[in-house]
Amino acid sequence: GAGLALRRRQHSASCRELSVRGPRLQLRSLSAATAAVWLAAYGLFALCENSMVLSAAIFITLIGLIIYLHFVKIDQESLLVIGSLGIQVTSSYASGKESTTFIEMGRVKDVVINEAIHMQKVIYYLCILLQDPEDPQGVSEVVPLFQSSKPRLDCLIEMYKSCQEILEQRKTAPQSS
Amino acid sequence: MVLKVFFPSCCSSAESGILIGRWISEQSSAVVLAVVHFPFIPVQVKQYLGELQRLTRVSVSVLGSWSNSKQEKEEGLSEFLEDLGTIFSHEPWIQISKEGDSKFWSCSTLQKHSDKPKEEEIILVYYDQRKVMLSHLHPPLDTADGRAEDASKLSAIFDTVARSRVLFMTDRYDEGPIKLTHWQSDGVEASIIVELLKQASVPACMLLAFLLSLVSGICRSRVLKFWPLSFLWSKLSTCEQLGHRLQHLQVISSNKKAQTQTQLMRKANIFVSLLIDVALGILLMSWLYRKNRIGHLADTLIPVADHVAEELQDLLQWLMGAPAGLKMNRALDQVLGRFFLYHIHLWISYIHLMSPFIEMILWYVGLSACLGLTVALCILSDIIALLTFHIYCFYVYGARLYCLKIYGLSSLWRLFRGKKWNVLRQRVDSCSYDLDQLFIGTLLFTILLFLLPTTALYYLVFTLLRLLVVIVQGLIHLLVDLIDSVPLYSLILRLCRSYRLAAGVKFRVLEQQDGKPLRLLMEINPLSYGAVVQTYRLPTYSCYPKDSWTSLCKKLFLGELIYPWKHKGEKQD
Repeated sequence: GAGLALRRRQHSASCRELSVRGPRLQLRSLSAATAAVWLAAYGLFALCENSMVLSAAIFITLIGLIIYLHFVKIDQESLLVIGSLGIQVTSSYASGKESTTFIEMGRVKDVVINEAIHMQKVIYYLCILLQDPEDPQGVSEVVPLFQSSKPRLDCLIEMYKSCQEILEQRKTAPQSS
Repeated sequence: MVLKVFFPSCCSSAESGILIGRWISEQSSAVVLAVVHFPFIPVQVKQYLGELQRLTRVSVSVLGSWSNSKQEKEEGLSEFLEDLGTIFSHEPWIQISKEGDSKFWSCSTLQKHSDKPKEEEIILVYYDQRKVMLSHLHPPLDTADGRAEDASKLSAIFDTVARSRVLFMTDRYDEGPIKLTHWQSDGVEASIIVELLKQASVPACMLLAFLLSLVSGICRSRVLKFWPLSFLWSKLSTCEQLGHRLQHLQVISSNKKAQTQTQLMRKANIFVSLLIDVALGILLMSWLYRKNRIGHLADTLIPVADHVAEELQDLLQWLMGAPAGLKMNRALDQVLGRFFLYHIHLWISYIHLMSPFIEMILWYVGLSACLGLTVALCILSDIIALLTFHIYCFYVYGARLYCLKIYGLSSLWRLFRGKKWNVLRQRVDSCSYDLDQLFIGTLLFTILLFLLPTTALYYLVFTLLRLLVVIVQGLIHLLVDLIDSVPLYSLILRLCRSYRLAAGVKFRVLEQQDGKPLRLLMEINPLSYGAVVQTYRLPTYSCYPKDSWTSLCKKLFLGELIYPWKHKGEKQD
């Protein structure tokens, strides 16, 4: 697909932030969509001579744009790994809304790259494995990351290496007394 | 392990002193609750902490020292602070110091009893004390309750701050040996309106409880339990709704204070729901009674009923002829058609008998809309049910006839093939019949088979009409359920004070400087609106049709009567 930008920031020895920025909303696709809707509305108006059609078309365009920007178009997805606190996954939408989930380190088993078979090809995605409280070896849930920007394997490998460096620290750190 | 210090953002500009709070050793995190300023006597501080521990059951202790120096670092002060570490022995002793107005503080720990002198990394997390204290953490739905050791780290922190309310009650204007800084140190906040409401609510609750006990006493009296009346009450949805609202009022007017957050939210939701309901009901009533709209409504009721009856008569005439080009059995057609026409005639006569009283009845019934919009909607649904009672009767007649026919046909079909239904073993067995049995059976089978289209057509038409009425009633009940169960108070709380309903936390990384500890800001992540509605929904009394689409179709095909609503508490058939 379109090009992605990966940004990696190290805030401290045990805190890293990885953010993937997707392509922005293009003015030309926006204008094309609006023009198509209004042409269709004008055609309908020419047929049935009812001016409500035009106001309805404007209304629909505005509402549709707001819904698209607020609920559908994800601009940036980021992963903040803070060793010994947890992992925070944020998606920011084009309208500025940010939806965040924080997973505590106690619930995280590992961060891995998983494969999935989609139609005729195999795609890779990064995911967090959550621990099953009853069974220490089992996995209770798989949380997939970067669902909307879907970076490719080379990008995922970089991210995987960064995450593992921090996750290893909790294994080498002595357990609390 | 990395040491985490949770520091309240209100104490950032406090004077130098010592830090008190809770040390959670399993997670190696220190939750700072307040700063105690100089001068103080260590014995008094220890006494105060002991008392606090007893009151709040939170193990509060002295965690370390805080120095806020406006000028450059004073050497004497730092030694003094280290000496304090020996008086209040705490492992590890945390020292935070801020120079001037710098954002980047230096944080260090003193470990006296450890063998390894390695430098631990320290993370400084700022949190808003007031918001964390007031917020209620909603655990995700898949964690098991009651696993204390498995409790999330965050809930431990929220718990600590929430239970230390007593600590936050002393402010800087209190006389005492200890001077604290926390979020309320500038004076305890309270609201006059809230206090007045709290005082006024006690007598109001008692009055309400008394009135409710009177009303429920009347309802439970023997007079209303006689058979025709009790049957009527159970069928009218208005009585169900009134009973439901009565229960709600009883919950609100009970004297016991709500123990948990969930109970408090439920009471608040019920109160707001009742308030909105009554407000909308009064609005509706004022609209109805202005310009005598209710009179107009009563005037149009009889013509509408007449019109419906005429339409039904036309429909029956059409069925008695050749409906949709199908050829009916003339005799059976005429019998059924005349029977139903006579029924309609009776119904119209009764309606005309009642017509002088309709306006008055409607006027008084309309007054009951002040009890709530839901009651008004239920009354509407009941009026529709009463006016279309003849359609219900026709449906029952048609369904019973059709059902009998189908059973007869299936049993005679088995006879036709030489089989029989074995009731003992619940299966079909072969059976040898006598010749006369076979003869009569086959004759009856043929008769029933050729009469099937006529009965089936009547059944189809009346079932469709009945389903139409059921759909209209269903929509009204859906609306009533919506008004009953939506947790408005929780939604408004989520809109205006979103930090009170927390799904979790989110961290923001603040500016960093090399060599200084990592600075994070902990903010509350509010619950999503969908989760709010799901958690705080009020339970309602009706349950939706249990039959899936396939079983519904099967019942329709066999002619069994369908009862779309099964209310909770009714015995299942």
